[in-house]
Order: sequence, then C-alpha cells, then structure tokens
Amino acid sequence: MIRILAARIFATIAIAGMLASGAAFAIDSSEDFEDPRMQARYEKLTAELRCLVCQNQTIADSNAGLAVDLRRETRQMLLDGKTDDQIRTFMVERYGNFVLYRPPVDSNTLLLWGAPAILLLGGAIVAAVVIRRRAGMKFDDEEGDELAHEESNA
Amino acid sequence: MWRYFLPIAFFVLLVGFFLRGLSLDPSEIPSPLLGKPAPAFALPSLDDPAKTVGTDTMKGEVALLNVWGTWCAGCRQEHDTLMAIAAAGEVPIYGLNWKDDPDAARQMLRQMGNPYVANGVDADGRVAIDWGVYGAPETFLLAADGTVIYKHIGPLNLGIWQQDILPLALQAREQQP
Repeated sequence: MIRILAARIFATIAIAGMLASGAAFAIDSSEDFEDPRMQARYEKLTAELRCLVCQNQTIADSNAGLAVDLRRETRQMLLDGKTDDQIRTFMVERYGNFVLYRPPVDSNTLLLWGAPAILLLGGAIVAAVVIRRRAGMKFDDEEGDELAHEESNA
Repeated sequence: MWRYFLPIAFFVLLVGFFLRGLSLDPSEIPSPLLGKPAPAFALPSLDDPAKTVGTDTMKGEVALLNVWGTWCAGCRQEHDTLMAIAAAGEVPIYGLNWKDDPDAARQMLRQMGNPYVANGVDADGRVAIDWGVYGAPETFLLAADGTVIYKHIGPLNLGIWQQDILPLALQAREQQP
C-alpha cells in the first residue's frame, strides 16, 4: 500500500517536473522576439494554426518542414507589423479554414459549434424525463402506473 | 413505441455519420484556390538559373503545375505517369521543385527522364506556401488565363489522369476564348 502511494507521489513529481521544464523540450528553436508582447502573440498564433502534414499538431508543436516554414512566415509577418487577423487570413487564403484550430462559425461548421448545446439539451431532456418518472414511481405508485400507461399508448 | 424507435433512429444516424466520415480521407484538404487566379510567382529555372519560370510562363494554355522534390517518394512513384502525360502531349507539365537540391533534381531528371517543359526552383518553399502546398506531390490544373481549375493531392496515376483531370483540361481548352 505504502509502496503504491510512494510510486504515485514519485510519478506525480516526475510529471510536474517535466511540465515545468517544458521550455527545455521546446520544438521551436528560433530566437525569442525582443518585445515580450510580440513573443506572446507569436506563441499564441503558432499554437492555433494547424500543421497540415501532421494534422493533429499545431505548427508550434511540430518540426515538420512545413511547420518550420509556416513559423518563419508568421514571424516575418509579425516583424512586418501585420495584425493577428491579417496573419490568420493569410493562412486561410492558402490552406482553407482547416488550418485554424478555432474555425469560424459558418454553414459548414454550424453543427460543430452547435453540437455541445444540442447534446446538453438532449441530455437535459433525458434527465428530466428519467427524474420525473422516478419521482412518480417513488412517491405515488398510481401516477407512475399512469405514466407507464400513457407511454404504451403513445 | 418511442422507447424502441429513438435508440434505433439514433443508431442509424450514427452509422450514417460514420459511413460518411470514415470514407473521407482527412489528408486531402480541399484547396481554397480552386476557381481563383493562381498565385503569381517567378522563380529561377532548374535548367538555366538565368531564366525565370513562373505564372507568366504558364499562361496562354491549359497546363499542369506539379510540385515535387527528389526527397519525395510519391514523386518518384508518379514519375512514370508524368512521363506518359508528357509523351501524350495533350497538356504541358511545369514543375515546382520544392525545397530540393537543384543538382539532385537535375540528376533525377537525367536518370528517370524529364516530363517537364520547365521547372521553377522554390528553394525556401515560399512559393509553395502561396500555393497552399503542404505535401508533395501535388498537382494543379491551370486554365489558359491562369485560373486554378483542379488540385490533386498525392501521386498521380493514369486512371486519375484520364478520369478526373484530362476531361477538365479538355473542357477548359474548349471554353478558352
């Protein structure tokens, strides 16, 4: 028991240590911007642009040739004084909305964006029906029978 | 009644989504360039760096632009197909030699044959980004006025060429003023 606990604590510390030293494992080996605000924008942008060859990684996560090129391009546009939106538009014009990890709401992505609300609503309806039925069965057997009866008629 | 119908309806819906979703290839991303003017470029020619190859070179006739590199296995795989298309002579093929060693590229074309009318050397991959290229080989079909008609991602073969691309090329040529 104690041994398991010790192992768990050790694992937790090891993982925390790995996370804390994340910078040491950074993929992006390019130099930081002089301006920390610029660096923050660069990090935010590269973390929300998809690397299209590796698909489930951002260009900040990947050292695929294309990711390196797109990081370089992002860096250059920032230095040229482009806004974040201009940089996103640049990427979308070339690679389509798929390049964005946060695609805009349009007719294609409506279901994607709406799904959480739809699922939540569906879950709420199911929960409401179950709760009402159970409440009926517990406190008033007659009503519960009625409910079951109604249902078989439906 | 609902008790039985709802789960079945839900199941059928899920199966529908899966059938559609699993039959799509997530590595084929539709190009936003289709129907738009090709992004202009002018690059040094692979054969003679003093000359330029670019959108101006390709204009005036229906043409293919093939993105390739000697490092790309799919490009070697489709090379025979490109040779056959070039031999048929219906549509000229231009090449975009993407992030490659020019010497290696010239050597590969000497050894395996050269299907290209001309090649632009995109050493730093800057032009490829403008074209939304994310993996070689990619092949674009261009109208005479430089509009992008079609993009094929991955190695070409004669089946794809004859069924998907050639008809579009011939159609574009007919519509040409």
